[in-house]
Amino acid sequence: MIAEQLANKRIAITGSTGFVGTALVERLLHSVPDCTLVLLVRPSKRHDATERVRREIFKNNAFDRLKAQCAGGAETFDEMIARRVVAIGGDVSTDGLGLNDADRAVFASCDIVIHSAAAVSFDSPLDSAVEINLMGPVRVAQTLQALNITPHMVAVSTCYVAGNRRGNAPEALVSDGHWDIGLNWRKEVAASRRLRGDVEANSRAATELVRFRSEARKELGAAGGPALASKTESLREAWVKAQLVEAGRARAASVGWPDAYAYTKALGEQALTEMKGNVPVNIVRPSIIESALAEPFPGWIRGFRMAEPVILSYARGLLTEFPGVPEGTVDVIPVDIVVAAIITVAAIGPERAAPITQVASGGINPLKYKTLVDNVRAWFTKHPLYDAEGQPIEVPEWQFPARGRVKEQLQRAKAIAEKTERVLQALPLRGKQATWAANLEEKKIEIDRAFEYVQLYGLYTECEAIYQVDRLMAMWDSLAAADQRAFNFDPKSVDWPVYISTIHLPSIVHHSRAKVTPGKNRNDRTDRLRRSVMSPDRHLAAFDLENTLIASNVVESYSFLATRRLNTPERIRYVLRTIAEAPRLSSIDRKDRSDFLRFFYRRYEDAPIAQIAEDSPELLTQLILAKSFPAGLRRVREHRALGHRTMLITGALDFAVEGLRPLFDEIVSAKLTTRPDGTYSGNMGVVPPTGETRAEILADYCASEGLRLEDSVAYADSTSDLPMLEAVGFPVAVNPETRLAAIARKRGWLVEHWEKASGAPKMLLPLGTMLSERDRKRVFQ
Amino acid sequence: MPRPGFVLEVDRSTPPIMFWRGENFSLEKLPAGRSRVIYPPEPLEALSDIDGAIRNALLHPIDQDPLASQMFPGMKLTIAFDDVSLPLPKMRRPDVRQRVIEAVLDTAAQAGVDDVHIIAALGLHRRMHEYELRHALGDRVYDAFHGRGMLYQHDAEDHDNLSVIGTTDHGEVLEINKRAADSDLVVYVNINSVAMDGGWKSITTGLASYRCLSFHHNPETLENTKSLMGHRHQSALHTSVWRLGQVLKDHGPKIFQIETTLNTDMFPSPFEFINKREWEWTAKDRATFLGTTKSLNRTPIKLARKIFHGMEGPHQMTSVQAGETEAVHKLTLEHVHRQQLMEVTGQTDILTLGIPFVCPYNPDGVMNPILVMCMGLGYLFNMYRNKPLVREGGVVIMTHPCYRDFNPVHHPSYIDFFEQVLSDTTSPAEMSRKWEKQYAEDEWYKHLYRTGNAYHGVHPFYAWYWGAHGLQHAGKVIIVGGDPPTVRRLGFTPASTMDDAFEIASDVVGRSPTITHLHVPALLIADVQ
Repeated sequence: MIAEQLANKRIAITGSTGFVGTALVERLLHSVPDCTLVLLVRPSKRHDATERVRREIFKNNAFDRLKAQCAGGAETFDEMIARRVVAIGGDVSTDGLGLNDADRAVFASCDIVIHSAAAVSFDSPLDSAVEINLMGPVRVAQTLQALNITPHMVAVSTCYVAGNRRGNAPEALVSDGHWDIGLNWRKEVAASRRLRGDVEANSRAATELVRFRSEARKELGAAGGPALASKTESLREAWVKAQLVEAGRARAASVGWPDAYAYTKALGEQALTEMKGNVPVNIVRPSIIESALAEPFPGWIRGFRMAEPVILSYARGLLTEFPGVPEGTVDVIPVDIVVAAIITVAAIGPERAAPITQVASGGINPLKYKTLVDNVRAWFTKHPLYDAEGQPIEVPEWQFPARGRVKEQLQRAKAIAEKTERVLQALPLRGKQATWAANLEEKKIEIDRAFEYVQLYGLYTECEAIYQVDRLMAMWDSLAAADQRAFNFDPKSVDWPVYISTIHLPSIVHHSRAKVTPGKNRNDRTDRLRRSVMSPDRHLAAFDLENTLIASNVVESYSFLATRRLNTPERIRYVLRTIAEAPRLSSIDRKDRSDFLRFFYRRYEDAPIAQIAEDSPELLTQLILAKSFPAGLRRVREHRALGHRTMLITGALDFAVEGLRPLFDEIVSAKLTTRPDGTYSGNMGVVPPTGETRAEILADYCASEGLRLEDSVAYADSTSDLPMLEAVGFPVAVNPETRLAAIARKRGWLVEHWEKASGAPKMLLPLGTMLSERDRKRVFQ
Repeated sequence: MPRPGFVLEVDRSTPPIMFWRGENFSLEKLPAGRSRVIYPPEPLEALSDIDGAIRNALLHPIDQDPLASQMFPGMKLTIAFDDVSLPLPKMRRPDVRQRVIEAVLDTAAQAGVDDVHIIAALGLHRRMHEYELRHALGDRVYDAFHGRGMLYQHDAEDHDNLSVIGTTDHGEVLEINKRAADSDLVVYVNINSVAMDGGWKSITTGLASYRCLSFHHNPETLENTKSLMGHRHQSALHTSVWRLGQVLKDHGPKIFQIETTLNTDMFPSPFEFINKREWEWTAKDRATFLGTTKSLNRTPIKLARKIFHGMEGPHQMTSVQAGETEAVHKLTLEHVHRQQLMEVTGQTDILTLGIPFVCPYNPDGVMNPILVMCMGLGYLFNMYRNKPLVREGGVVIMTHPCYRDFNPVHHPSYIDFFEQVLSDTTSPAEMSRKWEKQYAEDEWYKHLYRTGNAYHGVHPFYAWYWGAHGLQHAGKVIIVGGDPPTVRRLGFTPASTMDDAFEIASDVVGRSPTITHLHVPALLIADVQ
């Protein structure tokens, strides 16, 4: 009996936070009551192994049935876990697994090691795929040798190690087969490590760095040095990763595997066999693992894997065609069958179990591509997803096109989307239009993703290898009837149409949180975000001025003040001069906000202080208020009413915003120095806060006033305010320009669309109202 | 000889009737046999020698000594005048206020008075813009007094410059402008457009503090003000104001009240057709009407507003009287009634009102939805004496685009009132309890009222309370041609055409209701028997 054979055994598992790993842990705890588990988990930045196990494994709904069983029993679920499960921190991509002494001792006490840690993503960078998939099993075996123990090691691999080939793929090492081309895994490892170094070095070449920086600037605008630097660095890292992914794909293809995953896994098996020493090893090779047939409950799935994104893209109408041969086999296997096979291999021990066991359906109970597609289409026709407008999405007829044609279609769609996006980003869009442009970006990302799927998974649907399961079936036949009931791994037990339409599709649709009911979405998310922004627990609300609270700018306030005492011909001259200067001004502004302000404020040189003081109050009513966003001003007062501090951070001059004083506890603005003769010098005494200095001001203010920055709110409209928005816990994008709209969308920030009052007096040009001649000629010095 | 008011019984031969619709008009066919149209009396003859009449009034005041003999060197003289809320549309230059104030200033100069302050008695209204002050007072007065700080606007929130005069036996506190309270003589210069203006209301509201106004500007008083034009016999508001007036008379400064009345000649050419009765329209009137409405349909709304608000009406003066407040006001009311009063027999099921582009609270600004309600249910509905034109539980139908437009400079608190208060409640009593204090004491609104050109934070509440009696009286209110979501926010029912409105009204008043249309413009007091 399997449960008895494993009773009192200590089983170590790597990769327990993954799909198979979680199912394995659950199944062992549930069906093998007397075993104990040691989970080797890589500590993350925030959480150690124990915490990760608690959060990422035991909170999963796979454990619902165990929790239900424990409820009301002698031992609570947590007590049972504490008794039977130990978490140790370790990492299969580090030599010696990165274990500390205590954990090494725990690891050394194991009777069985199930190695299921892998970089399963089909687009892993080459080097990390090599370190984890190829070197991982070797390191586990070497660690066991170093500890001088020989527990039974069960390594989880994949059927796809067989590579791109037609015909039968037996349960044997690839290197022992007919088609082996004699690759040396050591050389492959060395080459991948060298490549990593080379790509890193290339990414640091001056030309590349300049390119990353200019891309970062394009994306962020004038967001200030630090923000730009961090964006540039993340672009560089992304580039390195993309290069390595590409390299992995190319290398795999060049030596006959569909992708880096299968390629590294294949070499990993070879390396493990060579390096296992006296450790007894069995390899289990599942094919494409999908949602559970029955255990822990039908349809259980963790994370989105291979077929799901493709199926959902199809259901969303995004992917109208997907390459594949209708009569080809899609080798899919439910996760609980894989888990049962692994447990059985561990239970019957290294001698009785075959060196390699394949867990696949293709050879014995094949799912034809056409069956899959027909069932998917029928199901989504009956249960359509709904678009944002609440309309059902019609799923297209599947044409089974060749891969090239689909790629071409997608490439065209992508090119169009990219061009449109570039045009939109160049336009000075704000608010709702900008959100629309951001939607387009999302669409582009979706197309990108679909493109990736076709590229990656297309190979799998076209794969015509048939995975043999003779040894699996031999093992199945050797089991007692009770074991067969408790640990079903018979691929024949799956009825594909039933599995697809009653188990798999309902589960992934539920998982995807796609819209399955008609009717327009009420914007609950915005309401929820707004409530959290307007919670009494917030401390400080900081506001940008231009285009956040008013649709005006420093040039307009200057024009207003400067023209108030001019007569008509002088006004005309002023307007013409300003129009002529506009391109230059806006070009300086785009480059650097502070430079622009410094340059522009020189114009106030020689302006009489008394005159400005007399004219500024008019500025409030005639310009600022007329161009204000009433909802914005109301929001400031709502914050005050809730007891929050309010702060205005602006590059405008102090006298221009003086009229807004009653709204704010604190106004941070630019100030001009004055001269003894009662005029302004045109130089700034206080540098206007722009870019990252805004974030610093907020942080300093919070520190000195005992407020919490993470409980503060900031409102701004452009990416140049990004540092300020990022500094606080509750950023709000107001009438965002395209780039900020895209960022806000990605990060889930609250977006507000505030408009000018529609009955505001219309001003053709921001000029001061004409004063009587007597007032115009008044001399102020 | 101008013709008196006229009630037209609509029959099959009656042409369609003109309705105002904000910055435009429409012609509506009223059902024959059960509709009537009330045309106000035609404008009275104007005084021929206005300046002479003013001089005469100052020389021969009622129940008081001549103005000149009340003045002496070294005295403190304060002249207060009605603000920009009247007349509507603004008067052609020279404004009556300018003529009267210049005459008063001449008298003061002759008497050697040099401590003269001129105060715009605006209560909680917005401060007037410079061009409005210049328009009302003339450049000469403005330039001479403004620069020296002797011409300014009343500030109901400047607690250092307010002074308590006394308390009525009902506990109402009279608190007014300190300069006026401390003056040896206060001269009040009034324009009496409608019967609710003037008398003690001039100073006790125009120069009062928010606290003082809140004793009678509240839902309870205004629901019991039936009607505002019916004066003290029917108006709880005026009863309260007259009690305050008694306190002013007993304990306040000496007051010399100057009241003027205007005829109803309100619209300049080419808009004369507005004042005419439809069946008397000439071919030229018809052409002008057609041309005007067609071109207004194509005019951007902001431009149309500019055109209408730029209009200056003839507004000729029909009387001027000065002296003791109550005696003067009695005479003023007689003149107002001579122009505006007309007898109407019986109430009807439906009252239809064309709402124009302006009401007393949006000169040179947008008529926002709250003001549409205020104009319809507060002003036009109240143009009666004795009993309303529509029966209790009847339907009021108004025509107005009811756009969601607000002037952020003049009406900042109206915007928030619309978004916050009206989305919560439209009941005057409830909003007064839940929201009024918060708006009245809001620092930002106070700041804008005191330094900008904004109505006081509490003013949208007052505008809404103004319609409290109409709201309570009417069984249903329908706005034809109004923006549906906005109309619904007001608590009213939107209808796209007049026929639809009658259809909707049939739920309340049955299939063949009687209808009264009040022909706006022109002011009238329907004495409903």
